[in-house]
Amino acid sequence: MIPASLVTFLGAFFATPAGILVLTVLKALAILAPLLTAVAYLTYAERKVLAAIQLRRGPNVVGPFGLLQPFADAIKMLLKETIIPAGANRVLFLLAPMLTFALAMLAWAVVPVADGWAIADINVGVLYLFAISSLGVYGIVIAGWASNSKYAFLGALRSAAQMVSYEVSMGFVLVSVLLCAGSLNLTEIVRAQQHVWFCFPLFPMFVVFFISTLAETNRAPFDIPEGESEIVAGFFVEYSSMAFGLFFLGEYANMILMSTMTSIMFLGGWYGPFGLLPQLGPFWLIVKICALLFVFIWVRGTFPRYRYDQLMRLGWKVFLPASLLWLVLTAGTLLAFGWLPRA
Amino acid sequence: MISAVLFYVFAAILLVSAAMVVSSRNPVHSVLFLILAFFNAAALFLLAGAEFLAMILVIVYVGAVAVLFLFVVMMLDINFAELRSGYQRYLPVGLAVGAVLLTELAIVLGGWKVSPEAVTLRLSPRAAELHNTLQLGRLIYTDYIFLFQAAGLVLLVAMIGAIVLTLRDRTKSRHQNIAHQIARTPADTLELVDVPSRAGVASIGILRPKPAPQPEQAEASTGHAEGHH
Repeated sequence: MIPASLVTFLGAFFATPAGILVLTVLKALAILAPLLTAVAYLTYAERKVLAAIQLRRGPNVVGPFGLLQPFADAIKMLLKETIIPAGANRVLFLLAPMLTFALAMLAWAVVPVADGWAIADINVGVLYLFAISSLGVYGIVIAGWASNSKYAFLGALRSAAQMVSYEVSMGFVLVSVLLCAGSLNLTEIVRAQQHVWFCFPLFPMFVVFFISTLAETNRAPFDIPEGESEIVAGFFVEYSSMAFGLFFLGEYANMILMSTMTSIMFLGGWYGPFGLLPQLGPFWLIVKICALLFVFIWVRGTFPRYRYDQLMRLGWKVFLPASLLWLVLTAGTLLAFGWLPRA
Repeated sequence: MISAVLFYVFAAILLVSAAMVVSSRNPVHSVLFLILAFFNAAALFLLAGAEFLAMILVIVYVGAVAVLFLFVVMMLDINFAELRSGYQRYLPVGLAVGAVLLTELAIVLGGWKVSPEAVTLRLSPRAAELHNTLQLGRLIYTDYIFLFQAAGLVLLVAMIGAIVLTLRDRTKSRHQNIAHQIARTPADTLELVDVPSRAGVASIGILRPKPAPQPEQAEASTGHAEGHH
């Protein structure tokens, strides 16, 4: 048992500025440690699922069922030599993977895992998430330019064009969600879905949003920034060892982040279906994230890669008008039936 | 106290990076310093309690505009020696323009006085109980909707102008017409032919259009016209 004096001492300590700082760091660790473990096992899950789709076994040698494979990969990556190309811009070359990884971690500050469980429950949470995800392009562009390699540069250019294009329709989709929720605060958005998850009334936007997240994370079938059949590995072709590892971690952390964002915006966050078992809170969110991540991998296993012009056409000529139209429709419906949420 | 320290930190980084934008030799570094400057400006907005403006600054300027800057600047092939060749010659002109602007600014600011009636306007228009996103929304979309719409129309005209000026109708480019392609059936493109043994396909019909007969080919075709396909 914890003595009462310790409890009071801790209570007093956590109210001081230093205590608040310590508490925030502890909260951040409480999010980041499971997140990094999840990233490790997401790579394992991806290999297993892809293997199942392709009638193979996948990793099954290291540890029982190959469960220690992610750690073997991580150790391998740490022990390799970091190679910096002779013509590269050293500072930016090393800055790019750090930036990618840091941004992928930074976004988690505002994610509510259960009612009131967020490190920073800010008023403009959606905008913060959107801003951080729109910064992801810098890691890629800087990596492509600093490598001083034509394949890396081509990959970076493709990625910049792609991410900027899909952000526009993602923005419009988010606006329709915000109209229904009446708040920019992520906790409020989830609370607004207590009875009806937004994926039902906004189903077309849910689909558009999910496909845009595929493009935003450079995942198949929109992985042309790293299309290995055309430009070797795209923007990270010159990277090795842990610098490559940071890109890798960043990409998978971004996948988890985007799945979380979709769960919060459309799938009712921590609410179970039909208000089932509300005490399970974070568990429901994790189930939804895992389901979406499975779809990410499923798509990768079954769809061919888009060509560059097809990708641009889909973003600008299909998703943008569709999401704009749906936004007007949503606003009109809410106004006509008097369903606008009162703030 | 902490916010004052943060203010000076962010303001100092902002000023230094703004100076680096104009002074760094590599234009890509300039754009990256510009991005750093935007970031610190956003942080200053946050300190002032304008969280909506801070986020919009990051989304619009850092997330979209600066990406395009970087995109363009990275693809430029700039000869720095050539850029700096006229430096000595143009320096006096530049200094003169700068001096004139500085004097004007000093004159204007020197005579600046806030009228007593305007003091009440300087009070913050936002109500304390509403956060500023909501307050901005009310101001822009409810109180000043027509001005906002007019601004939107001006931007629309500018956008249409830019498109009209740069749009070239490229009839020769072979763009994929996706609806057309999806509507294709096997009957449009395929023909199944029973080819008798040792007869070839030339006598039955052709699977793809024959090249139009060239004039000199027609003259030379007496001997081996059956030869090429």
